[in-house]
Amino acid sequence: MVDVMAHVKLDRISKSFKGHTALHDLSIEIADGQFFVLLGPTGAGKTTTLRLIAGLEKPDQGIISIDGHDVSALGAAERDVALVLQQYSLYPRYTVRENLEFPLKSRIRRMNADEINERVMRAAKVVRVDHLLDRKTDRLSGGEMQRVSIGRAIVRQPKIFLMDEPLSNLDAKLREALRAELKDLKSRLGATFLFVTHDQVEAMSMGDKIAVLNEGRIIQIGTPYEIYNKPNSVFVAGFVGSPAMNLLKATYTSDRITIGNNAFSVALSAEQRVGLANHSGEITFGFRAENVALSTQGSEAFVHDVENHGVEKVVTLKSGDQLFRVTTAANIPLHIEQKVHFEIDLSKIHIFDGATGKRIG
Amino acid sequence: MADIVLRDVEKYFGNNYIIRKLNLSIKDREFVVLLGPSGCGKTTTLRAIAGLEEINTGDILIEGKAVQSLHASERDIAFVFQLFALYPHLTAFENIAFPLRATGQSQSIIASEVKRVAKAIGIEHLLELRPSALSGGDMQRIAIGRALVRRPKAMLMDEPIGALDAKLREDMRTELKRLHIENGSTTIYVTHDQIEAMALADRIAIMNDGVLQQVGTPTDVYQNPANLFVAQFIGSPVMNIFDAVNESGKIRLGDASELIPFTAPIPNSTSAGLKLGVRAESVKISHEAKASTVPLSAHLIEPLGSHDIVDLKLGSGFLRARTPSGFVSGPGMVVHVELDASRTHFFDRASGNVIPRMNG
Repeated sequence: MVDVMAHVKLDRISKSFKGHTALHDLSIEIADGQFFVLLGPTGAGKTTTLRLIAGLEKPDQGIISIDGHDVSALGAAERDVALVLQQYSLYPRYTVRENLEFPLKSRIRRMNADEINERVMRAAKVVRVDHLLDRKTDRLSGGEMQRVSIGRAIVRQPKIFLMDEPLSNLDAKLREALRAELKDLKSRLGATFLFVTHDQVEAMSMGDKIAVLNEGRIIQIGTPYEIYNKPNSVFVAGFVGSPAMNLLKATYTSDRITIGNNAFSVALSAEQRVGLANHSGEITFGFRAENVALSTQGSEAFVHDVENHGVEKVVTLKSGDQLFRVTTAANIPLHIEQKVHFEIDLSKIHIFDGATGKRIG
Repeated sequence: MADIVLRDVEKYFGNNYIIRKLNLSIKDREFVVLLGPSGCGKTTTLRAIAGLEEINTGDILIEGKAVQSLHASERDIAFVFQLFALYPHLTAFENIAFPLRATGQSQSIIASEVKRVAKAIGIEHLLELRPSALSGGDMQRIAIGRALVRRPKAMLMDEPIGALDAKLREDMRTELKRLHIENGSTTIYVTHDQIEAMALADRIAIMNDGVLQQVGTPTDVYQNPANLFVAQFIGSPVMNIFDAVNESGKIRLGDASELIPFTAPIPNSTSAGLKLGVRAESVKISHEAKASTVPLSAHLIEPLGSHDIVDLKLGSGFLRARTPSGFVSGPGMVVHVELDASRTHFFDRASGNVIPRMNG
C-alpha cells in the first residue's frame, strides 16, 4: 500500500477546558510511517492531543498540519484519520463483515460492491478475523472485538491511525499478543501510527519514538533506547522501566555522592565530576535495579524484601535509611534481614538536580 | 492467627458452577494468593471464606472449626477491598479506630492501638487528615490499617492495589509483604495479576473456570506448571507452546520445516500427541552456529530497556526469546537458536496436563 503515509506536525498547541489548561505549548513532529507513542499518567493530556489531531477538538492556539497542510479548518471526517478507542464500539447485532463494510458504504464514497468486498477481505486477513466474517460481534471475545475495531480502521486505508489505549481492557496474555500484531501491522501497512498509553511496557516495546507527557507538557521525546538510558528528568526516569528506577536523595561534594543520611557513598570518575562541576549540594541519585550486583565486597545492606519474578528475583535492600531494588538471578538464595554487599555499576548512574529534577549527569 | 481449610467447597446456580470441588489448606501465618482470570471463582472463594457469600456444599474451617453457617461478623476475619471504602467524613485516625469504637474499647486502648497500626503502615503523620486529602496509596494504607487494628485471625484482600498506578503498586507490594512478615496474620489475597502473585505469595493457588489448577510456591508454579493453563498464565512473556513431533534426536515444532536438535529424551505421547513449552529465557540464541543450534530469522524486536524480547520466525508461528538489549540488531537478522532442554515442558495435547519428565 502506497500513498497512505503522512507527516503530522503539532506546532505550539495550547488547549484549555473551563479554565483548566490541558496542554501547554506542545510541539510534536511525527514522521511518515512512524509508530509514535504518547506516554504519560492519567491527566497528562495524551487523549486531548489525539483528539486534536483527529479533529474532535480545536486548539486554542497553535497549528496542526498533516503533510504540510494546516488542517484547522477541516472537520474530523475530512482529515483521513482513523480512530481506535479503548472501548470497541462495534455494532453488536451486525456481523464482523457488516462492521468492516460500514465505513465504506457511506454515500460519499460511492464504492462498488467488488471493491468493498476486496478491501474487507484484505483487512480481515491483516487482523486475522477472516474466519469470523459471518459471526455477530456480540459472540466475539475481547481480543477478537478489538481486532475487528482495528480492521474497521484499516478498510478505509487512512493516512493516519490514532489509537487511544486500545489494549487496556484486554487481559495480559492477549495484550502481549496484540502488541506484537500491531507492531507487525505497522510495518506491513507502512501507515503513520499515533498510539496513546499509560503503560510504559507498551510504549517501549512498540514505539519508534516516545513522547513522555505530564500535566499537559512534553517532558521528553526520544527513541525507547534514549528514554530508558538517558531520561532527562526524575519524572521520566521514574515512569519508564520496571522495576521503577531507584531514585534516592543524595548530596554531592567535590568527588563523592553521599546517599541519604550517610547510608552509603560512591566516588565519581573524573569525567563525571566535570559534568557536575557547577552543582554541589542536593541531588537525586538514580540507578536501575539491573545495574546493581550483589557481591562479596562493596557497601553493606540488609535484605528487606524478596520478590520472585520467575525469570529473576527483585530484591529490596535496606542500607541505612534508604530502600532500593536490585535484580538477581532466580536461583540465588536470599532471606529476609540477611546481610549482603552490593556494587552499583557507576557507568550506568543517573544524576538529577535535587530542586528541578533535571538531568545533570 | 489461624489456619484455614476449604474442604470440597462448591458453589453453583443450577448447572452453572462458580466453584467446583475446591480443596485448599492454608497454614497459620501463610500468605496465599488466589490467582486467575476474571470469572474464575477466586473472588467468590474469598467472599465465601469471609462469610459474604454462601456455599452450596463443603466445609470452611478456621482453626479447625466449621464456619460456613456462621455470620461474617462471627468469623473474626478482616476484609480489604479494591475500593478503599473509607468513611469520608472521618479522619484517618477515626477510620482506623472505627472497628474498636464499635466494640466499645476504652479511649486509651483505642489511642494506643491506632498508633501501633499507624506506625506499622507508616501513616503516623496522616492521622488527622480526611480521606479527600489523601492519595490513593495512603487511602489504601488506611483501609489496611483499619483491617489490622482488630487483630483479626486472618486478613482477606481482594485486589487491594489493583486501582493504583504501576509505580505505587510496586512500592505497596513491598509494604504489604513486610507488613505480613512483621504482623504474621494468615493472609489470603486475590488478584488476576501474575506478577503480583509471584512477588507476594508464599504459595499461589491458580484457578480457572471454578476449578483449582495448581497450588505451589512461586518457584514451583513457574518452573513446574501442572498444565498448559498454568504454563501460559504464569510468566511474561507468555511461555512458547508448540505442537511437537520427535524426529530421531531432533524435534519439529508446529509446522516449521526446520528441525531443532534436542538432547534430552522426548516422552512418548500418551494420546493425541505432544505439546512442547519453553520460556523465552530458555531459548538460547547466539551469533555463531553450533551442532546444537538451528538458524532462525528475527521477525520483530520488543525493546524493554533491561532486555529485549525477540520474535523468531518458526513455520507460521513465532518463537520468543529473551536477549540482552540490542543483541539482535533488527528484523530479518538470522541468529542461531538452541533450546535449553532441561527447561522445556511437555504437555499432553488432548488433556493439557504436563507429562512428567523422564529421568536422565
